[in-house]
Amino acid sequence: MYTQAMDIGPAEAKRHEPAELEARFEARIDAGDFIEPKDWMPAHYRKTLVRQISQHAHSEIVGMLPEGNWLTRAPTLKRKTILLAKVQDEAGHGLYLYSAAETLGTSRDQMTEALLSGRAKYSSIFNYPTLAWADVGVIGWLVDGAAIMNQVPLTRCSYAPYARAMVRVCREESFHQRQGFDALLTMMTQGTEAQRTMVQDAVDRWWWPSLMMFGPPDADSPNSAQSMRWGIKRNSNDELRQKFVDACAEQAKVLGVTLPDPDLKWNESRGAHDFGAVDWAEFWRVVNGDGPCNRERLAARSQAWDDGAWVRDAALAHAHKQRHKEAA
Amino acid sequence: MTREALPSPGQGRDGEGSGLLRPQATGSAGAEWPLWEVFVRPKAGLDHKHCGSLHAPDASAAVQFARDVYTRRQEGTSLWVVRSDQIHASDPADKEALFDPMADKVYRHPSFYTLPAAVDHL
Repeated sequence: MYTQAMDIGPAEAKRHEPAELEARFEARIDAGDFIEPKDWMPAHYRKTLVRQISQHAHSEIVGMLPEGNWLTRAPTLKRKTILLAKVQDEAGHGLYLYSAAETLGTSRDQMTEALLSGRAKYSSIFNYPTLAWADVGVIGWLVDGAAIMNQVPLTRCSYAPYARAMVRVCREESFHQRQGFDALLTMMTQGTEAQRTMVQDAVDRWWWPSLMMFGPPDADSPNSAQSMRWGIKRNSNDELRQKFVDACAEQAKVLGVTLPDPDLKWNESRGAHDFGAVDWAEFWRVVNGDGPCNRERLAARSQAWDDGAWVRDAALAHAHKQRHKEAA
Repeated sequence: MTREALPSPGQGRDGEGSGLLRPQATGSAGAEWPLWEVFVRPKAGLDHKHCGSLHAPDASAAVQFARDVYTRRQEGTSLWVVRSDQIHASDPADKEALFDPMADKVYRHPSFYTLPAAVDHL
């Protein structure tokens, strides 16, 4: 159940020592059981999940901004309705995820405050600008493609409300990737030379940031081992990144674009593509607030929150009034 | 039975002293909308099934929001919403006491009875 009351019952607290609770929890994880909101869980498990799920939710919400930039300028009514549906989906995904995080005992306002104050992170990819219409297609193909690769294993996350939210997200996300590829393919096969150049330029700009979406290399990802142990994470960053590169290399051929990596080539002995080094200095710079659009994104979210204040208050005042009317 | 602990309408749920985001001017300003549980009936003839939750100021808004958040692809033909603080739930600590007694009552299932082939459709 998606509610936020998380305290263990007094009965259980009395019956078991913490060590025993911890052992029972670990045993359930080992057995592949799902953990539900009211089940006992270690404080660190709860904290890790609040961080991960809320950051995931923030990413969905901030992720509406780069594409929202093109809603009024989509080239056709068809592309505009598709893009509207996609951006609405991102809002929905953010809401599913905030709800899942709330089951862990954090409030929506606390999460919003963490985002707007800059304490909470969101996916670094959304701090890059959408300079041309082709960027919208490339976001669908590469960014949503990377997101799907990250998210599918999360449908088996040990924390059940997160897993359930991810099932719904993944079901909807597949349309996002396909519409992006479809938009790019249309430009590549039926477009002008200028449109094909625009697509290639967008691929050049988004390729490396997309690879960064899988997070730092396994060697520099200190929290990964514990998250894997707890079934919060199912695959390592490098493993998923490799899978993504292998998939995209083939898709790029179908599309007729070149991925901007001279080192990208099939390695027969590994049965996988070799690829060049990611610029991790850039990744950390963007994560830590100094990407091309960090300030703009946060300013947009802050303004939305401030501008919406009167709506939130008016709706609540209306609800109170209606209740009093009914009581009278 | 335990009652899910949630604040009354209009009361913020700010913990750690970090609740309100901005200094707000008047009235109920800054209060979080209460939480609602959403149940969707996928099609006529099926049960309403729990699918998630959302914040809304009142019941009619909760139904409207539920429509936008949980039925964007014809997932439902009917919605129920109920305030999360109105739901009573069993305690996980009582799981064994409540549900284990049913584990050894195989005779409650039709497959427990071996009948002659001629009447095995019973």
